Amino acid sequence: MFSVTSVSRCYKLNMPDLQPFLFWLIAAATALCAIAVVVTQNIVRAATWLLFALAGTSAIFFLLGADLVGVTQLLVYVGGTLVLLVFGVMLTAQGPFITMKTGAAEWAISAVVGLLFLGVLAVSAFSVRDNKPGPPLGSTTWEFAPAKRLSTDPANAQYSAVIGMGFLGVGVGPAHMEGNRVVRTNYLLPFEIVSVHLLVVLIGAAYLARAKRRRRAAT
Amino acid sequence: MGELTLDAIWEWLVSFWGDWGWLLLPLIAALALITFMLVSAIFSVWLERKVAGRIQDRLGPTRVGGKFGWLQTLADGLKLLVKEDIIPAQADHMLFRLGPYIALTGSFVAFLALPYGDGVVATQMNVAVFFMLAVMSTEVFGIILIGYGSGSKWSLFGGMREAAQMVSYEVPMAICVLVPVIVAGSMNLLYFATVQPATEMTLNSRSLMWNWYLFNDPFTFAAFWTYFTCATASCKRAPFDLAEAESELVAGFHTEYSGFRWLSIFMAEYGSMFAVSGIASLLFLGGWHTGFLPADPTYWLGGFFGNVINVVVFIAKCWTLVFVMMWVRWTLPRLRIDQVMMTCLKYLLPISCVLLLGVSVWNLFLPTTVLALFPKFLFVVCVLFALFVIKQLMTWASAQPGTGMPGMWSMVGVSGYQGAKKN
Repeated sequence: MFSVTSVSRCYKLNMPDLQPFLFWLIAAATALCAIAVVVTQNIVRAATWLLFALAGTSAIFFLLGADLVGVTQLLVYVGGTLVLLVFGVMLTAQGPFITMKTGAAEWAISAVVGLLFLGVLAVSAFSVRDNKPGPPLGSTTWEFAPAKRLSTDPANAQYSAVIGMGFLGVGVGPAHMEGNRVVRTNYLLPFEIVSVHLLVVLIGAAYLARAKRRRRAAT
Repeated sequence: MGELTLDAIWEWLVSFWGDWGWLLLPLIAALALITFMLVSAIFSVWLERKVAGRIQDRLGPTRVGGKFGWLQTLADGLKLLVKEDIIPAQADHMLFRLGPYIALTGSFVAFLALPYGDGVVATQMNVAVFFMLAVMSTEVFGIILIGYGSGSKWSLFGGMREAAQMVSYEVPMAICVLVPVIVAGSMNLLYFATVQPATEMTLNSRSLMWNWYLFNDPFTFAAFWTYFTCATASCKRAPFDLAEAESELVAGFHTEYSGFRWLSIFMAEYGSMFAVSGIASLLFLGGWHTGFLPADPTYWLGGFFGNVINVVVFIAKCWTLVFVMMWVRWTLPRLRIDQVMMTCLKYLLPISCVLLLGVSVWNLFLPTTVLALFPKFLFVVCVLFALFVIKQLMTWASAQPGTGMPGMWSMVGVSGYQGAKKN
């Protein structure tokens, strides 16, 4: 079995193709599923392809090393939103196995809108100034450390404790100048806004799902 | 034989296959995990039949493979493999085929983050317990596809009820998981059971039974039982198994599934049972520690043999919890679907919220002597209670044969009885 008392070496492999290879594989699968969402005529199958597209997005987050975001994507989108979507589809369908037929005009308009949106996304993705360009593709070294133990010290837990402290107002984000001091950003305000938002949503859901009193007809 | 460490495997693979040899290591880990999951499911099916039999005062399988019917599940599996693959005419063919695989994948991927020993894990993740819960929530979609794709109203009702139940029980389950995570401060499952022998070989070592999170404070104690109830419900086990109830809904959401497809659904269910038992034993029951050693066995026996002991202890704990799930199944009657939802929303969810609040303030407002003494006190109380229960069971007044409820053995002396002989 695997031992953690062995030497903790980092194995540097010259694998210039690996990370792009995995990225293109996952991105191609995600894109194919996204196209299938639009093309298929059965609405529950469209939800299934959407499931795979969102799971592919989560896989890209894992590939970037953002474990927490990838897991949240799985929990919120796949486990929550998509289940809700499928419930809604099934409970409001007028009959089993509904097919949707899209006319040619709808295809044309949506293609134009989609291409415009793609242009906007591409322009904004390539124009981010803080984006530090990585090493050229041919010289990427893949660092893989199977025997290196992740830090089990909760003070250094990379994702959960640090983000939690950020939500409570401790400065954990990127540093910037404010007046003549250097401060780090915290995430207190977004946390409070999201909390109030969630409370509103919960109250609204409870109100909408309340048992309605029937009017008794006067006899 | 050289020490079987990860480095040795790695170096052999790289020397043999070049740089792409590293791809084999994750494949080997995945193969080992899925083999374990499926063999564990085979064992669990046999165990279920034996446990069901014994609780119902009969023997269970006794013929295939010797006196205890060891190979019964193998015979069942062979039968299911050669059964005719029936797909109903009005089923949605693609979704009908796809559903069991999504359920099985959701159940299996959770095993990737589950550690079996000190460092014995496929992927070390800082968010391991969160990952396991999130991935097991994708199983719900598989159930929906199974229910919908069958094209039958029984399946659709069963699938809808099942999906609603699983999704609802995820909320108190996640809140109960948060309770020991708050105490420990990390979501990394390795952290819960890791003991640093050089600094911690004292009575406060995390590997000793009274230091397990189960006894840490009353809120984690209650959280264990609440988590176990929610986990039983989210694995659609009785008493929450109305969606696959034989008597009410034919077979619920898997009515139209026979042969190997049905087997996939059940592999997913038994895999999920093991995974949630794994989370429970890591979070609350000390993971792979035996409970009476002050440090990890790797400290005395080296990496390989120490971890073999760790893995065996962990699997034994998980199978014990799976046995408890089976024991509950064959003891309690089934809840109606509205009772299932009411249990979740009106009882378990408020209880788990109170537990979350309680554990958050426990550490803040109590003096340190109480915090240090309470686990020992609770451990002593639990040990005394366990001894009391054992004493009651051993000295329970039992009816004379021939009086009281007739069981199988009371018929042995009756003439003309052709059943099993009491030996």
